[in-house]
This record gives sequence, structure tokens and C-alpha cells, in this order.
Amino acid sequence: MGKIRTPYLLLLPGFLFLFTFFILPILNLAQTSTQTPIAGGDTGQYEQTLRFQNYIDAFIENREQFSRSFVYALIATVLALAISYPLAYAIAFKGGKFKNFLLVLVVAPFFTSFLLRTVAWKQILGEEGFVVPTLRTIGIISPSTTLTSTSFAVVMGMTYNFLPFMTLPLYASIDRIDPRTLEASGDLYANAFTTFRKVTLPLSMPGVVAGTLLTFIPAAGDYVNAAILGSPNTKMIGNVIESRYFKIVDYPTAAALSFTLMAAILILVTLYIRKAGTEELV
Amino acid sequence: MAKKSPLSPEARSIINARVSRRAVLAGIGGVGAAGALSACGSSGDSGAGGDLIRWGNWPLYLDFDEDAKTYPTLDKFTESTGIDVKYFEDYNDNDEFFGKVQAQLKLNEDIGYDLVCPTDWMAARWIRLGYAQKFDAANIPNKTNILDTLATPSYDPNREQTLTWQGIMGGFGWNTEKNPKGVRTLDDLFAPVNKGKIVVLSELRDTIGIILLAQGADPATVTEDQYMNAIDFMAGKISDGWIRGVKGNEYAEDLTSGDATAVIGWSGDMFILASENAGKFDFTIPESGGTISGDNMMIPSTATAEAKASAEKLINWYYDPAIAAEVAAYVNYVTPVKGAQAEMEKIDPDLAKSEYIFPTDATMKNLSVFRSLTPAEETAWTEAFQKAAGN
Repeated sequence: MGKIRTPYLLLLPGFLFLFTFFILPILNLAQTSTQTPIAGGDTGQYEQTLRFQNYIDAFIENREQFSRSFVYALIATVLALAISYPLAYAIAFKGGKFKNFLLVLVVAPFFTSFLLRTVAWKQILGEEGFVVPTLRTIGIISPSTTLTSTSFAVVMGMTYNFLPFMTLPLYASIDRIDPRTLEASGDLYANAFTTFRKVTLPLSMPGVVAGTLLTFIPAAGDYVNAAILGSPNTKMIGNVIESRYFKIVDYPTAAALSFTLMAAILILVTLYIRKAGTEELV
Repeated sequence: MAKKSPLSPEARSIINARVSRRAVLAGIGGVGAAGALSACGSSGDSGAGGDLIRWGNWPLYLDFDEDAKTYPTLDKFTESTGIDVKYFEDYNDNDEFFGKVQAQLKLNEDIGYDLVCPTDWMAARWIRLGYAQKFDAANIPNKTNILDTLATPSYDPNREQTLTWQGIMGGFGWNTEKNPKGVRTLDDLFAPVNKGKIVVLSELRDTIGIILLAQGADPATVTEDQYMNAIDFMAGKISDGWIRGVKGNEYAEDLTSGDATAVIGWSGDMFILASENAGKFDFTIPESGGTISGDNMMIPSTATAEAKASAEKLINWYYDPAIAAEVAAYVNYVTPVKGAQAEMEKIDPDLAKSEYIFPTDATMKNLSVFRSLTPAEETAWTEAFQKAAGN
């Protein structure tokens, strides 16, 4: 008996943690999402009326921010992949004895706060940073164009902030590729591009899938980049939830939006994993 | 100091520390304040007795000695009365603070504070819900020192449960290089030179209040139609790309970085900016009128009778003009205490002349207080404002 029980006992701390900090809040959120204001009550006073219409209202009212969130997250994910793949490839195959050092460089930004890094970008891209005056001098942007408070800045901030989430899983799977498979491909008269397409890329797919998921999911729910680097015209669904919860004190709508966001991400991720065909690898 | 921001309290205190004139002068002042904050950050004490009270206030809102790491006026209070004060700089956001203590207030359990500092509209909510105690007037003889403009707010007409800690003027701030003639009207604000570089406050009572005044409506009696008109005006300016942001006190950063050239802002922040960047920024009350609001000292319903009596003595202390002047010399917001200007002459004659801290009667007459909203209005009007701001 003892032997059978041990694994379950070992699971207990993890289960208790998830129960307290995931299941309970989720249940609480679920029951908040169908509440309505108490007639004649004060701000923030709601009662349970099982009004599922809350979900439809919340979605329709904020579909613009929903679609913006997914578009921004998608662009940031693609950009992060485009930047990270060569980076991870170079570290894995060409890093040599500097591999660990290079990996530390990738992770190093994590040693400072997410917020401070984003605020720093605001200054870099600001009017008195060096980027804007330089681009103006070269003539790439017009004198009246600004970089902060634009969707460009928001997507760029997201790409930057989530880059390590993409690089690390990519590195892990590229590093595992046996270089001899690449040699074999060459021996079979494949050129560099064919080798990449037929050997390297398929073997690194687990990393690509894991990296894109780890980037896309937090990016879709992110609100810090839009708040700090964006304008009112680039707000994402996370900003709406924050404002509903803290400013308007409309807990039901905030909860309904949170659930809708979770569901949307879940559906997209499921479709993606099906398509990528790597269920067993993530 | 109705400061709203999407940032965490930690980030805010860093940013606040950065823009504090004194913190900049002292170099490490902000770090010191943060250290002091974390040192007394745990509110594990159970209910306080009469000789100890716990005061929750906004960050950088009380005179602080950077070298000694003490609050001079608070120490003097303890010396003269024997009442110890635990000072917490953790009132970062009205909604956030209310969310934190709401459940205990409802159950009438100790919230860990005997004195709090909500902004007018939030103070109104506490009073409505019965979460504020009535002062014992005998303990606060200095109460009569309150400025006339602030003496009769609609939510507490006789100032029986609240007294203003500091007053905040809302008006126009601008970069003097880009707007050499100044910004005195809404048209000046929306001048072509400022297109895409205008930031307005995320505090709707200031931003919409100023727009209302410019449209000939009075925030003190505003109707729903007038309000929604002003919202439409703001929403239009946002979608047309005139307004780049609707922000809390981070607009000060946008001004210094050049990303904003004209703002609807607060007097205290603009004072700091103007004094740090000689001549580069200026602030004025719009010709059509500005707003004034206040953060208020208030005793929660959960404070014990002894703590309440001590908190009243503390309130009385800060309504002494000499003490109020000392605080004003540090925080730079509008001092709500009559006679503080004369006392300021002794501390710093330049500050005594400052319109930011001691607005003249003419300025005062041009300031309006936004009327109290019903709970239903509060929700609907905030929602309309947030939607216009892209949320």
C-alpha cells in the first residue's frame, strides 16, 4: 500500500498549490462573471443572477481590443521567431565554449523588472532618445512622426520582452540535433537550404512550437506594453480588463472578459498544436 | 494627488521618486523613502491603542528629512503629544486601497489604519457606505483654518468627517519652447503645434471638468448630457490623433522627454517640473476655469475610540498654519490651511509667493469642484470615460 500511496503524497503539495492559487480563484472568477449590480447598491456591489448575457455583451463591446490583442501577439510571435531562430542556431552550433555565456546574455534582461525594461524602451524611443533624431536625420521618418504611442512601439516592446521565451526552447531543441544528420544530408546531395528545410527545421519543431506558445500566450494577455508604449488607440484586452476591474469597478465584465480571453487562447492553441502535430512534444 | 496609473505600486514609487524635486536634489532620497516604507511595510500590529496610531498616506506626501530619514513634523507631533505614529506611504491608488480594505470595513474588523487619505470622490463613497467616523469637533479647534473654497464639499458639507490634506489644482501645463505664447484656452491646447503630443489626465474629474468649463458648463452642476458631450469631444480628439495619452502623473515624464508638448495636468507635478527645468515648462489655470480637488484625512469606522481621539489630535496638528507651511514647503500642492502663507514667509519667501501652493483669490474664484456622483452615475460616467480612453 505504502508504495502505491507515495506518488500521490508527492503530488500533494503541487495539487494543494494549484487548488489554492488556480482552482479557487477560477471558481470565484466564474461566479463573479454572471453577476449584476444590486439595484440601488453602491459602486462595486454585485449579486448573483446567473446572467450569461454578460459574456456576449462584454465580447461585442470589446471585440476591437480582442482582435487587436491577437494581431499584436501574432506579429510579436512571428518577429520573435524570426529573430530567435538564427540566434538559437548560432548559439547551439557556433557557440563553442561561449555557449553558456551567450545563454546568460539572452537571459540577463530578466534580472531587471519587466516594467523597468519597458519604461526604458519608452525613453529609448522617446523624442529625446537617440533613435528618433537619428532616423529623422537620415530621413527614414518625417519630422512629425513619433515612435512612442504607436502600435509599432507596442509590438516592438512585446517582441523584446518575450524574446527569451522563444530563444530558450529553440536553443534546447536545436542543441539536441546531431550535427551528423546535417552531414548526412549533405552527403545525399542536399544543398544548405534543403538541409535546413528537410532536416534542421523538422528536428527543431518541438522548440518552435514550445517557443511560439510561450510567446503568444503571455503576449495576447499582456497589458503593460500597451499601457506604457501605446496610446488610447492601441489598447489591448488586458488594458480593458484592468480598467473594468480597478477603474470602473465592474467585476462581472472583467471576469467575463478574462474567461473569454482564456477560452480564445485555449482554442487557438489547440488548433495550432493539432496543425503542428506535435502533441506529444509539448 | 489623485494619481492613477497602470503601473504597480513599486514602479510608481520609483517614478514618483524620480520626479520629486527634493529626491533629485538629495540624490538618493527616493531610495531612502522606499527603505523607510519597506521598514514599516508590515501592518501586522493588531488594533492600536490611544498612544499609537497608524496613518496610511500617498507616497511623497509628507515632509521628509533625507539625511535623518525621518518625518520632521511627525516627530515633533510625537514629542509634543506622546502619541506615536506609524506612517505608511502605501495609499497608492484610491480604487486599489479601497479594494484592499473593503471586506474588513464591511465586517467592522480592524483595517490596519486609523487615518487614511482618500481623494474627494472616494471619501464620498466611504461616507455613503458609513465607513467614516464623525470628528469630535472639540479635538480639532484648528478646523476653522480650512480655506473657504474647500470648506463645504457636497459629500461632507460641514466637514464633520473629512478635512483636506492637500488641494490639487487641475489646469494646463506646457512646454514653453513649443508654445511660446502659453496655453490658456482649450483652443491653445489643441493648437496644430501640439497635435499628437497632448496628454490628458486619467482622472476624469479634472480632464472632463476642464473641458466642461471650456464648453460653458459647470462641473459643480454638470448634467449627464453635458458630461457625455464633453466625453464625445475627448473621444474625437483621441481618435483623430490629437491626444496621445490619458495618463496619471506619468504625463510629467512625457513632458520632460519631449513626447508631450502640452497637457492637462496637476499643479504639484508642474511645480516640480517648472522648478527642475528653469523656464522650460509652465502651468496655468485655463481662462475658462480649472478644477480643484483634494485628498482628505479621514478616520475609518474601524478605528478604536482612543485611536480616533489621537488621530483627531494629529489632524488638528496639521491644521496649525506653521506646521502646514512646513509640509507645503515639501509637497508643493495647494495648502488647505489659512495662515500657512504667512508662516511660509519665515521658511522660504519665494515659496510663499508661489501661485501653485497659495493660489490668489482671483485664481481660487476660477476653480471648480466636480459635483458628487451617485453610485449609478459613478459607474456609467467612469465607463464612458474609460471607453473614450481606449479601454
